[in-house]
Amino acid sequence: MRSQVGRLERPALLGVLMREVINFSSYWRSTTFSATVEPTIYLLAFGFGFGSLVSTVGGYDYVEFVGTGTVATAVLFSSAFAAMFGTFIKYKFQRTYDAILAAPVDTEELATAEAAWIATRAGVYGCVPMLVAIVFGLDPAWGMLLVPFFGFVAGFGWACFGILASAIATSIENFNYIISAGLTPLFLVAGTFFPLDQLPEWLQTVAQLNPLYHLVQLVRHAAFGFEGWSDVGHVAVLIAFGLLMWRLAIWRLEQRLID
Amino acid sequence: MTAPLAIRLRGVVKRYGKITAVDGLDLDVPEGTCVGLLGPNGAGKSTTMKMLTAQAIADEGELSVLGHTLPGASKQARAECGVVPQLDNLDVTLTVEQNLLVFAFLYRLDRRERKPAVERALEIANLVDRRDTRVDKLSGGMRRRLLIARALVHRPRLVLLDEPTVGLDPQVRQELWALIDRLRSEGTSVLMSTHYIEEAERLADSVTIMSHGRAVARGAPQELILEHAGPEAVEVYGAQARLAEVEAEARAAGLATRRTGTSVAVLRLNGDAPAGERRPANLEDVFVLLTGEEIA
Repeated sequence: MRSQVGRLERPALLGVLMREVINFSSYWRSTTFSATVEPTIYLLAFGFGFGSLVSTVGGYDYVEFVGTGTVATAVLFSSAFAAMFGTFIKYKFQRTYDAILAAPVDTEELATAEAAWIATRAGVYGCVPMLVAIVFGLDPAWGMLLVPFFGFVAGFGWACFGILASAIATSIENFNYIISAGLTPLFLVAGTFFPLDQLPEWLQTVAQLNPLYHLVQLVRHAAFGFEGWSDVGHVAVLIAFGLLMWRLAIWRLEQRLID
Repeated sequence: MTAPLAIRLRGVVKRYGKITAVDGLDLDVPEGTCVGLLGPNGAGKSTTMKMLTAQAIADEGELSVLGHTLPGASKQARAECGVVPQLDNLDVTLTVEQNLLVFAFLYRLDRRERKPAVERALEIANLVDRRDTRVDKLSGGMRRRLLIARALVHRPRLVLLDEPTVGLDPQVRQELWALIDRLRSEGTSVLMSTHYIEEAERLADSVTIMSHGRAVARGAPQELILEHAGPEAVEVYGAQARLAEVEAEARAAGLATRRTGTSVAVLRLNGDAPAGERRPANLEDVFVLLTGEEIA
């Protein structure tokens, strides 16, 4: 019985995935708590703080604007950070990967399954800010049903980015560079808290390269109405980002794990 | 050459930059036997173990495990192997049973097989009544037993043990020896790296002694002792100056010696042995004779 996707064998992916699922049963409470409380605080702080100064942004209620924008932030945080720290701890401190790679699992399958798991979580938890925003007055829309899928695709890319980062880092302190110089600017220049058309033109062009920006756009359009081909373009960028990061993460992790 | 080989290594070389960790190693593990891989730290034992699961890729030489050629077919080989690592890598926030279940998945057991396999492993580890205990609440000995049982969940044909009892109390060590001995008596092939001589002497059908990345001797422990150290040793105690004298005299008479810190052991006795305490020669004598006295 051999079921394969390219070189990826399904039983190997399932094995790695089940390890994560069984582990998740021991920490899902804390994860769910922070995934719910964090966006609520953001919404309260920005929505009511800023919201009292600016009532509408880009034609939307500010709470609606931020509520949809923070979906992307939630996806980014729950995927990139989980992958960076999780991977580093697993291979460096807990030596989990030594155990997994001694089983019939290759690095490619290990990285793919880990990223898929993190992406699934990101897709699910990414919806929480939107649900919170609905409580605060955001109108539900059918398009929102696609948000977990968008979260998954973007989350997969960010998870692979995190695995790549952890496979490059020589110590956990190295993550400071990646977070400060990489993630924080991306997080701010994505149209989450303020629309990009306020920014200088060159920065707007740069923002087009930011996967987070494309996710923000998709989530907003899911809530307020899709915009045809431009949304297909946003999805295409996220998929391309995911594929690129996926191959890079596998390449680098293999160098790190196999002597 | 009669029995088929569970492990066959020929001329295996592994370099890390300028350091050659394994330098033309030949190693055989006949099926159903326990082979001890002995050697001082840095002899290349751990690198050899890593190559057997393709977590290190050899630069030269041939490796085959259970008939599968490495590294190409290493996944098939890994599916039939159990690995007990030197460093504990259990999932500490999971229970004993969950740890075993994870490995039932990783080693691709069918849905129906998983539960009985986990039960069997719990019994092997003697942890049936600890199944719901989190690993970080277990004693060191229990963790080691679980680590071994985890490697046996899928009934591997070959078990690789990398320093299975390093850093454990003598009591715990004996418990683990019984476990490993049981494996061998059930017909599982075992390769065990160790630098505890007694461990190899008790458990291994045959021993390969490694030094500087090569096999310098191989054979059954008793044969190696007779061949390299002779049946008996004479232990001479005294001041350092006296010990040096004994050493010089013995060497002049064509005998081998080794220092044991407080004494000189004179080996390969013929007619003219010095006066001293007689004792049977042991594998440690062979080990030190072959791998040198200086610590690298």
